[in-house]
Amino acid sequence: MNLDKILKELAGDHQELKIMEVCGTHTSSIFKNGIRSLLSPEIRLISGPGCPVCVTPASYIDKAIEWALTPNCVLLTFGDMMKVPGSEKSLSEAKADGARVEIMYSPQEALKKAAANPELTYVIACVGFETTIPSYALVMEQTERSGLTNIKFLTALRRVMPALDFICATDNEISAFIAPGHVSTILGSQAYAGLAEQYMKPFAVAGFEGEHILIAIYDLVKQVENHKYEVHNLYPSVVKPEGNAVALAYINNYFESGPAFWRGIGVIEDSGLYLNQKYRKYDAGSADLAGDAAQKTTNCRCGEVILGKINPDECPMFGKTCTPAKAQGPCMVSSEGTCGIWFRFTKK
Amino acid sequence: MCVAVPGKVVEVNDFTGKVDFQGNIIDVNMALVDAQAGDYVLVHAGCAIEVIQKDTADEILELFAELESLKYES
Repeated sequence: MNLDKILKELAGDHQELKIMEVCGTHTSSIFKNGIRSLLSPEIRLISGPGCPVCVTPASYIDKAIEWALTPNCVLLTFGDMMKVPGSEKSLSEAKADGARVEIMYSPQEALKKAAANPELTYVIACVGFETTIPSYALVMEQTERSGLTNIKFLTALRRVMPALDFICATDNEISAFIAPGHVSTILGSQAYAGLAEQYMKPFAVAGFEGEHILIAIYDLVKQVENHKYEVHNLYPSVVKPEGNAVALAYINNYFESGPAFWRGIGVIEDSGLYLNQKYRKYDAGSADLAGDAAQKTTNCRCGEVILGKINPDECPMFGKTCTPAKAQGPCMVSSEGTCGIWFRFTKK
Repeated sequence: MCVAVPGKVVEVNDFTGKVDFQGNIIDVNMALVDAQAGDYVLVHAGCAIEVIQKDTADEILELFAELESLKYES
């Protein structure tokens, strides 16, 4: 099967079907390669909850700011989080007002900083899906091993699988999924087999090149049309069927699952990971952030965007009151958020 | 946020290592992979998460460069 034949097939007549790509990097690549324009109008691509930054609740940002304003405390965060709106401020605005916020490139940096400055407590803003979670587990391990008592973990860790389960259970319109790329490196392609079978939705694990994505779409269309609901790993050079067993063991050793709030969606059971009992003393108050009463009420429709119910341009704020320069909703804040990606590629 | 970047392992000492990202040598935690000097690894948040082949590494780097250039055009 060559690419020309695949393109011809995908442009031809099909039954109506919606394919969700879960990962923001796939969304970017779909735009960059103009993939929508190559598909028959019956094949619709829907962007899913592809970015952990976008689903982090306002109450989490508020708690992070609280720590950054506590005397002798420093909040360490990835740069992506800086502009996410809290109930009153973002971390970026709080920093401008004097809160102690430092951007990290890796959570490992906390170890050196904490050892060098024992009078300061470093609170790591631990945000991420399964790709990032093992790196926090490694810091936890080394914190304990080195006897450091001035590192704390404020977690908003989210598991992709319960979110996909939630989408499958509440929305029958999605016919098939392009599985997230580097999350699958950790989880393994076989992780999706249970969902595929239970909900009769095929999954394709795909690379990020335009060709990879076209092949995945072709695979999924053919599966749906032939009533097959399997997981096909089309990115075996980066994703193994069993994932990264060492990384998964680290996650299980340090964290346990519990309910977690997804901004715009609500609480999803078992979708959060929290430091387990043995390491709870290192936690900075993460478990109390299950609700989002702090959320400002606006016309923002990020929740529906995250679930793939609407496209960003169907939100009344998109490109008008909500732009990357003045983001109102979390999907516009993050460079990997669906609205941010749509804005970049469609509003130039 | 889940983007992982490929680099070439320069040295490994137990759980830490140095990885070359197009000329920048960075300290990387190697506890999650079984990699030797000369291997290519995917690195995310300061940790190597998978060992990959050189051609896969080149392909990913090329794509990210393209996506990055688009990101800042506007």
